[in-house]
Formats: sequence, structure tokens, C-alpha cells
Amino acid sequence: MSKSRIALFVALLIATLLVVVACASPTPTPEAKPSEPTEAPPQPTPTPESEAPPEPIEIEYWQYNFGARVDAMNKLIEMFEAENPDIKIIHNSDIPYDNYRDKIAASVPAGVGPDVATLFYGWQPAWIDAGYIVPLPEDQFPPDMVVKEFSPMVQASFFDGTLYTLPTAVRTLALFYNKDLMEAAGLDPEKPPATLKELEEQAVQCTKRNGDEFEVYGFIVNPAGQAHHWFREVLLRQYGQQPYSDDYRQVLWNASEGGYEAWNQFLKFETELETGRRDFESDPDGFLAGKVCFHIDGSFRLGTIAKKAPDLNFGVTELPEHNGVKSTFGSYWTHGITTKAAADPARLEAAIKFLKFITSPEAGRIWVDMVGELPAQLEAADDPDLLEDPKLGAFVAGLSYARSTFFVDESKDRQAIIDAYDAVVLNGADPAQELDIAVQTVQELLDKFWAEH
Amino acid sequence: MKLTLQRRQIIWAYIFLSVSLVFFVVIRWYPAILALGISFRDWNVFKGEGPWVGLANFQAIWEDLFKPRSSVRAAFLNTFKYVLLGVPLQLTLALGVALMLNQIRRLSGFFRAAYFVPFVTSFVAVAFVWNWLYAPQIGLINQILSALDLPTQPFLRSPKQALPSIAVVAVWRSLGFAVIIFLAGLQQIPEMYYEAAKIAGANRWQMFRHVTLPLLNPVIVYLAVLQTIQFLRMFDLVQNMSTDNAGGPLKSTTTVVLEVYKEGFSSYNMGYAAALTIILFLVIMVITLLQMRVLSRRIEY
Repeated sequence: MSKSRIALFVALLIATLLVVVACASPTPTPEAKPSEPTEAPPQPTPTPESEAPPEPIEIEYWQYNFGARVDAMNKLIEMFEAENPDIKIIHNSDIPYDNYRDKIAASVPAGVGPDVATLFYGWQPAWIDAGYIVPLPEDQFPPDMVVKEFSPMVQASFFDGTLYTLPTAVRTLALFYNKDLMEAAGLDPEKPPATLKELEEQAVQCTKRNGDEFEVYGFIVNPAGQAHHWFREVLLRQYGQQPYSDDYRQVLWNASEGGYEAWNQFLKFETELETGRRDFESDPDGFLAGKVCFHIDGSFRLGTIAKKAPDLNFGVTELPEHNGVKSTFGSYWTHGITTKAAADPARLEAAIKFLKFITSPEAGRIWVDMVGELPAQLEAADDPDLLEDPKLGAFVAGLSYARSTFFVDESKDRQAIIDAYDAVVLNGADPAQELDIAVQTVQELLDKFWAEH
Repeated sequence: MKLTLQRRQIIWAYIFLSVSLVFFVVIRWYPAILALGISFRDWNVFKGEGPWVGLANFQAIWEDLFKPRSSVRAAFLNTFKYVLLGVPLQLTLALGVALMLNQIRRLSGFFRAAYFVPFVTSFVAVAFVWNWLYAPQIGLINQILSALDLPTQPFLRSPKQALPSIAVVAVWRSLGFAVIIFLAGLQQIPEMYYEAAKIAGANRWQMFRHVTLPLLNPVIVYLAVLQTIQFLRMFDLVQNMSTDNAGGPLKSTTTVVLEVYKEGFSSYNMGYAAALTIILFLVIMVITLLQMRVLSRRIEY
């Protein structure tokens, strides 16, 4: 290769870079624009329809494509339209999950997207930040009512004291147990562990080892699966330490002796009791394969088991309590009203009616039947049939004490816990020191987030 | 004006070329240039185009490099480890295999195909198969180890073994490609050089050292450059071989591209991710230019 050609190549490259940089810099003026429309509500969308009252008002509802949810929502829309003939809902559920956020990002600022949209609760800060969704009017959705009537985890929809979204349904974590393995280990499969102590004892008894190999794993703690939620919202609270300060500005995992005790409890199963090791590809695999006695997972896993391991003889019970404290982690898909709806009083009114309808106890009951997610409304969740359900019952019972975490960056928060756990388990690092480092890492995330808000 | 046949052919050639040019410009260059622009902005996926922040993203990366437990630092160090481990191993193995394949006549087609097959296999499929081979109890490798009464190994579950385990798979996967290129190079070497060397009394090693190796130099340069770039861009294997803890355990396998992906698509810091991409681009460019300078000197003789 000749030197002159290389020189020419480099020269061209540098020239291109310079042109690009030069082109990019004079554009800071238009960049302010995309956010402006969100601050200026009066959108140029006055419809001549307002002069002709009998004409029904059309609003758009969006969710990502997931078979059962689409069917359930179609049914709810049908019922809603029958009650409100003057409102027509256009249901857009054609967007695959992977593209959902991008589509919203492209359409809402352009004023052509949904009036009511479904989002994961963890996306709320970003959507509020971006100005896609507006606060729910307090006269229509009084905060007291929400606090009283909805599962406590729904408080994660309050942002600085203002309510932004409401869900139809929620999910919680519970303890899955393999009845056959329990029986084989001489345990009573009808008496799964109710306390942490019982979990320890039964997990140890259920574990079967052959030298270094596990024939049966009693209980595997996998922070990359659901267990990081178990540490934050369950173990910490059971040892008397709330995970974050009330305003979510401080990480408190190591704020007291209880925090360190919870952390040690979390580590203990692998380091001390040796009831399991993370040998499986992904968290639920071992339980699905019938190799694991006890497993923490969400209600959404029931569908997976029904499909992939239909013969598994298992039960589900509430997460073990400790020091008399019960807790579980909850998460949910929730609905918000967009700036597009807020720009037009008639649309806003229709959107509010629709949102109220799909978050009613009645909607929750339909949802649990069709989708398998639990009703967000305590009234609907208090259904004796549901509580008696051998599989769903434990999740439903968790609704009254479930907590959701406010995440500024869930994947990094989770990663901090995984890394601390690995450092102790794989490298033999000092548990307390690793917890401190994890706290510091997550605190930096929070600091950065709040500095920008 | 009447076009001659030749001229018409040339015009058609340009027309066909322009199709792929459009593809390159629209699918490759345009986004790459946009990425450069994004790297100077505070760009969140949701908010769309963010404010111009100058070099703030680059500064943030610089600061992150020195933080304890820094993912970015681990990513850069690991990426270089992949290169230093993978490229020499790849080239030596491939040359050895090519030399042997060049000797045999029988079944040579079969062997060539056998070595090339992994290269046409999807990275994700390769990753999953190797995941199972490396698996702790049920994995084939550990079953063989325990059958031989050797201690079983954690492989991907160990912060020390995970990176070499993945690097080996990357080497295995594109070994066939390097072998084919080496074979082509070997067959380009005129037989008469070897005859001359033989007459001069050279032994096999001397022939390899003074005839084969120097004449293969252009091929070695080409492969070294190409494979280095491949290893610098390591992503899919790592992402798929550390499934629910990508880049782990303890950041021991993460790479720059994986960090770009995580920053961009799970933390939504597009500006930061774009800045990392630009740095990686510059690193690749500098290393490539250096390699071309240092390695290709000898051809001229």
C-alpha cells in the first residue's frame, strides 16, 4: 500500500469530519423546537366538528402488540363505546414492543399520536420529562381516592406529588415451589415456607448434592433475575430498612445495620447455606426443568410454565415474611393522557372518561380473566374467587403490601446489585464493602437524575 | 450523440454501482455522520434532538474512565485483551491449518468446507451452542472433564475464564475465513521459488521462513487488519454468551460496542453512546493505519 494513498485517505477523512462538525454546529437553534409544542398547548387542530354536536368525538388509544392485552382492550372499548355513544376509540395495537417507544417519540411531539397511551411504570419519568403525558386532573382523579382504592404500588405513578398515570392491572412477585421435589426431600408439599427461616431450612433440606454437583437445587438467588427486586423491596424492608428515602433522592441500602443484615441474608443462600448456584442460562430455567425447589418469580411466569412445562407439579405461595413484615415487589403497565389530548378540551374530556373506565374495578376483573394480570383496584382484587385461586391467590394477596421501585435507570441499578453479589460470591470480596460500593454507584445515578430536574 | 457499445457498458456499470452507492450513503454514511453530530449533544431517545453540549459527552467518558468499577474502562481494556488474545491466535491457527490443507489432495474440498462452515453460521446460534458446551454441570466440556476425573471449570461464570472462553469462540468462528484467505495466498506463490530454494539446499523450515512467510506478507497484513477490526468491534458473542448479565460476570467480558449498546438503548444516553462510538472509530482508524505502516513495510523488498 503506497504512502500517498494512505495520506489521501486520511486527508479525505479529516475533511469529511471537518465538514460534518462545521455543519452540525450552526444547528442549535432548531433543536429547541421539538420541545416547544409540548409547552404550547393550543395546537392548530380545531375541528369543525364542534359545530355539529351529534358527531362522535374520536380519540386514539395506543398500546404495544401483545395478543391477550389487545383482545382484553378491544372488549373494554366495546363496552365503553356502548356506554358512551358520543365517543369513538381508535385502538392502535399494531406496534411491536421493540418499536413502541420510538413510535411514541416520533408521533407525540408531532401531535399525531395517541390521546391515551399505555406505558411501563418505569418509563414514567422519561415520558414526563419529554412532555408526552400530562398530570391527571385532581378533580377527576383525587389523590386520596387513588391512595385508598389502588394497590399501594401505584404510588409510583405520583411524580413529585402529582399523579400522572393509572393502571388497569399490576403484577407481583411470589414464591414458586416444586411439590414433587419437596416430597422427595421429606417435606410436606402443602406447607411451603412462610418465613425466611423456614425458607432457609426447607431449601437446605431440599438440596441434594453429589460432591461438587447439584442434583437438586434448594433455592437459587439470581440477582440478574427477579431477586434484585426481592433484595430492594422485600429483604431490606423486612430488616427494617426502607430502600430509598421518601423523595427518592437517597439510596439507603446501607443506612443501618438492618441494611447489611438484609444483604447478608441475600448472599447467605449461595455462600453459606449452599442451596444453589447460578448454573442455569436464565433465571427460571432451573425451576422449569424441575431441578429447583423454590423460586421467586412474577405472576407473568405462570403463562411460561403452562406453555413450556405443563406437567410441572408446583404451587405458589406469598413471599416468606420476616420480623412480621410482609412485602413484595410490584410492577405494572399504566395509562397516561398525552399532550395531544390535553390540547383540546373535548378530547381531554373524552380521554378522562375513557381512562376512568379502563381503570375501574370492573375493567380489572375483565383483565385478570383475559390477560392473567392482577386487578390494580383493591376492590377487584379482594374477590374471594381470586384469593382462593391456587396459583393466582398468592400474587393477589401480595397486592395489599406490594411496592414498586422508582427507577431512574433500572438496568444500571440492577447491574450494581449483580456486580456486588458477584464480587462477593465469585471473588470473595467483603460483603459490607461491596454493598457500600453498590450504594455509591446507584447514588450517583440518582444525583445525576435529580441534578437535571 | 451515438454511444459506442463500450461507452454504454460503462454507463450501465455506473448505474448499477450507484445503486449500492445509494445504499452506502443512506444506510451507512448518513447515520454515521449523524452519530458524530449526536456525540456533541445531550441526546435522549425520548426528547429527540437535545441541546448542543460541545465536548461534554467526551469529558464524561474521560471522567468515567477513572472511576472505581468503571464499565467504560473495563470495556476498553477488555476490547484490547480480545484483540491481543484473538488476533495472534487466529492468524497462527489459520496459517497452520492452511499449510496442512495445502498439502493434502484427498478430501481437501471437504476439509475446507468443514473449516468454513462456522463462518457462515449465525453468531447468535454459535453463541448459544457454546453456551451449552460451557454450561456448568450439564455442559459437554465439563462432562468430559468430570469423566476424566479432572476438576470442572466455571468458564463463562468466572470473571477470570469468561473472556478467554469467549475469545476462543470468536477465533473458532472466523477461523475458516482466515484459512481460505491464507490458502489463496499460498497458491499464489510460484512453485519455482521452492524449487530454487531446494536446489540451494534449504530445509523445510528455511523455506517456510524465507519463502512462504515473506511472500504471504500481503495476506497477513490484510488478515491482521481485518481481524483486528473484527475483534475491536466485538459485540454479538459477548451479548449472547452472558445472557442475563451482559458483559459480566463483573464486567469481565464487556466491550466498547456492548457499552455503546447499553448506554444508548437501555439508559437512553444517545449522546454518550455516540461519543463512545466516535472514540472507537478513531481507535480503529489509528490502529489500522499503524498496522498498515508497520506490517506492510516488508513487501517492498
